[in-house]
Amino acid sequence: MSAEIEQAVEQAVDMVNIEVNGIPLEAPKGSMIIEATDKAGIEIPRFCYHPKLSIAANCRMCLVDVEKMPKPVPACATPVMEGMKVYTESRRAMDAQHGVMEFLLINHPLDCPICDQGGECELQDQAMGYGRSVSRFTERKRVVKDKDVGPLVQTEMTRCIHCTRCVRFLEEIAGTSEMGGAGRGDRLEIGTCVQNSINSELSGNVIDICPVGALTNKPFRFQARAWELMARPSLAAHDGVGSCLFHHVRRGEILRTVPRENEATNESWLSDRDRYSHIGLYSDDRVTAPQVKQNGEWKSVSWDEAAATVARILRDAIETHGAEQVGMLMSPSASTEEYFLAQRLLRRSGCNNIDHRLRQQDFTDDAAPVAGAPFAKKIAGIERSDAILLVGSNPREEAPLIGHRVRQAWRKGAKISLVNPLNWEFTFDTSLDAIVAPQFMVSELAALAAAVEKSSGVSAPGFLRSVLDGAAGQERHEALAGRLQQASGGLVLLGQFALMHPDASWLRALSAYVAEATGSALNTLSHGGNAAGARLAGALPNRGPGGSEAAAGLNVSQMLEDPRKCYVLWGIEPEYDIDNPARVMSALQKAESVISVVSHATDSLREISSVILPLAPLAESEGSLVNLDGAGMNFKAAGKAPGDARPGWKILRRLGGEMGLEGFQQVRIDDVMADMQSEVESADTPDGGVTLQAPAYQEGLYRIGELPMYSIDPLCRRSEPLQQTEQANNMFLGLNPEDAGRIGLDDGAMARVRQGDHSAELEVKVTARVPPGGAWLRSATCSTRELGPAVAPLTVEVA
Amino acid sequence: MNAISRYFKSLLLIELGQGLLLTLKYFFRPKFTINYPEEKTPKSNRFRGLHALRRYPNGEERCIACKLCEAVCPALAITIDSTQRDDGTRRTTRYDIDLFKCIYCGFCEESCPVDSIVETDILEYHFENRGEHIMTKDKLLAIGDRFEESIADNRRQDAAYR
Repeated sequence: MSAEIEQAVEQAVDMVNIEVNGIPLEAPKGSMIIEATDKAGIEIPRFCYHPKLSIAANCRMCLVDVEKMPKPVPACATPVMEGMKVYTESRRAMDAQHGVMEFLLINHPLDCPICDQGGECELQDQAMGYGRSVSRFTERKRVVKDKDVGPLVQTEMTRCIHCTRCVRFLEEIAGTSEMGGAGRGDRLEIGTCVQNSINSELSGNVIDICPVGALTNKPFRFQARAWELMARPSLAAHDGVGSCLFHHVRRGEILRTVPRENEATNESWLSDRDRYSHIGLYSDDRVTAPQVKQNGEWKSVSWDEAAATVARILRDAIETHGAEQVGMLMSPSASTEEYFLAQRLLRRSGCNNIDHRLRQQDFTDDAAPVAGAPFAKKIAGIERSDAILLVGSNPREEAPLIGHRVRQAWRKGAKISLVNPLNWEFTFDTSLDAIVAPQFMVSELAALAAAVEKSSGVSAPGFLRSVLDGAAGQERHEALAGRLQQASGGLVLLGQFALMHPDASWLRALSAYVAEATGSALNTLSHGGNAAGARLAGALPNRGPGGSEAAAGLNVSQMLEDPRKCYVLWGIEPEYDIDNPARVMSALQKAESVISVVSHATDSLREISSVILPLAPLAESEGSLVNLDGAGMNFKAAGKAPGDARPGWKILRRLGGEMGLEGFQQVRIDDVMADMQSEVESADTPDGGVTLQAPAYQEGLYRIGELPMYSIDPLCRRSEPLQQTEQANNMFLGLNPEDAGRIGLDDGAMARVRQGDHSAELEVKVTARVPPGGAWLRSATCSTRELGPAVAPLTVEVA
Repeated sequence: MNAISRYFKSLLLIELGQGLLLTLKYFFRPKFTINYPEEKTPKSNRFRGLHALRRYPNGEERCIACKLCEAVCPALAITIDSTQRDDGTRRTTRYDIDLFKCIYCGFCEESCPVDSIVETDILEYHFENRGEHIMTKDKLLAIGDRFEESIADNRRQDAAYR
């Protein structure tokens, strides 16, 4: 996709002819010498130049000789001109490069043996090529005090060579401008602006772009050398971007994660969540052997015994209570093959109760035809939008690299508006915003839809009438409708919060209408890393593989509302990963048997489970993902699964065989893929009508159960460095000053929140970020794991 | 002519006599066989024997876990695990040399930027149990502590040629 665009751009702009070291080259007008030489594979040393960042030209390492120029010029900041003759290896160029290298090494410590960058350091490499073998300096070197910039990035500022890549990255890409240079000349110091940590959700990337050992990976510090590590390609499954990455592995253990370039998804960046979550793999509560509960005692058993036990439990449950008494809840980040085999296992046993939409409350539009990929506008295309509407979405936290794309669109001039339940801190400016409590989101969006209907003349589908007719559009809505309509590349981004909303189907229907009527694209940012794969493989109660018709089973909400006798949990921790943890736990406790196929087991999981099977998570498994663009991406095992942990598809194959079912004879993962492919291709998708009930809300506060970005799955929750970040601070209740005053709560006071029979005590944070009528109480945290739904009425009182 | 001289040489046992004469000569010369282990031959100060890890005079271990020795070792005999010590310095948590793999090439001591890993002139050692051939960090440091004087002396003598 991007290659095509690049090609088109190249054809569109004028090309000029230059000559580098006697080799004739063509380069687009206005591009820099270094871009042309990089493309042709001619090496020019550099430190400050980075293709994704603005040009600073302050390291001077890339000085080259250009004919008719009086002095050597920096290749990164000199545009190509017709007939230009460049010499990168002439005497003058080499002298300049050697001189710059000597200057750079004046103040750079020569202690590579204790530097964590040793072996993968650009300065070390280039000093080998361009440096002297002996230093001529006997003077003292400069020493700069280290800064503590948080739990993820380690600083060693004495080593800094002031290339300002980190400063430019945080300013241009991350958008937080948290670093800067103070002082000048040899007193210049790079540091955080206000003695603070770097809180950007993309902060880990400064480690990769730092050419020296000034910024290194803190959790990985002094663990291993670059030459000891095997780089194994894999994928990230914490958001749907499908970020490509390398796990660096030593003796089977994943020690760190670095990005793998892919312009269609993560470019050359990686979010902190994807970079540091592998640490969770090695937490103490990792399950390494199949375990069976016998008379209340856990006993480790062989796979043979465990598989036989599970098959017996499932068969017994089906025979005595009926197949509909079995329910399977799957993580939204499992592999597509796992979803496929799981739904086959269940459906061939006569049961359709399988779901992966664990955080969703509203399933009324389930009958709607299955749309294509969640993102109508591709991830890489978001940057080229000129008007974006975010509905119930904080892309910075939900999928940091989508947030980055939205920011890039804004930098290119896009206008961004919000219909959000919280005034989240964004790295882009927004206008014509509506920050309203959850109970007003539907009416707010309806007002916009009404304005769109008026201005576009496209009449809304009949089932939206009940909310559209009553909606009174204001000037703001009309302006926003006009903006979306005039945009040539408009985008409506429906976020994860919107999907958790009790009227998610309304939000979805209204967003779809607004997008359609204004000619915008509708992108749905679903939960987990492989929701698109789950839909494709048929891990849904009413749809088989490829969206084919299936006998209606129960969705996650119905399975828990009306407790089943037997549950299968796949890769989840029920008290954190499913909406309404109070209901989840009571349903699981009532069940006769719970089979947990998990990588980690907490005490509460052990309490409710009857069998625990050790699952190898994505990094130690093989299979494929489908990202938000709908692109299938294969991955292979990077780390070695500890003990008896096995990839999910092998576990399911074994269980299927043990239960005597057909279609579980695959030998390799490719066989599963081929099997699924043939079912998906032959599927015909039924069209179903949707009817929505007019939404009704209670008086009083509604919980804004935002999902904290580092609590979304078992791995993130176990990654200690991530839990020490600012974003992982979850122990508070945010209230609007108006509401706090009415209840009589001050900032810092303790409040008691109640949802049904359940309550929790939390410290109050009075903030105008929360709209009136909302109570900001994050979900999936240990303080809220006994409460009810993430978006629902709640009462707050003084504790 | 040749045939005739060969005939007389063999007939008169001249070559046997010459050989025995050499033996007789050495019989009366001073002996250079030594009575090992009571007596020992002199060793070069560059002798590469059993390994040791050295310390600084203040008792701090020299090794900084740069892993150059591990990287340079042609026999892959060295295994190092490292981490950040509580005081923030880079240190090893494990430093194993497998003496069955080691070929005593001396690359490790040559690569060491802090003169930590050295090969001492100790050549008399043996193992009685399986697993003893793995020299752990503690064992190596203990050897270094015990023979520091002779290690330092050998280094001093060789310093001018390094």
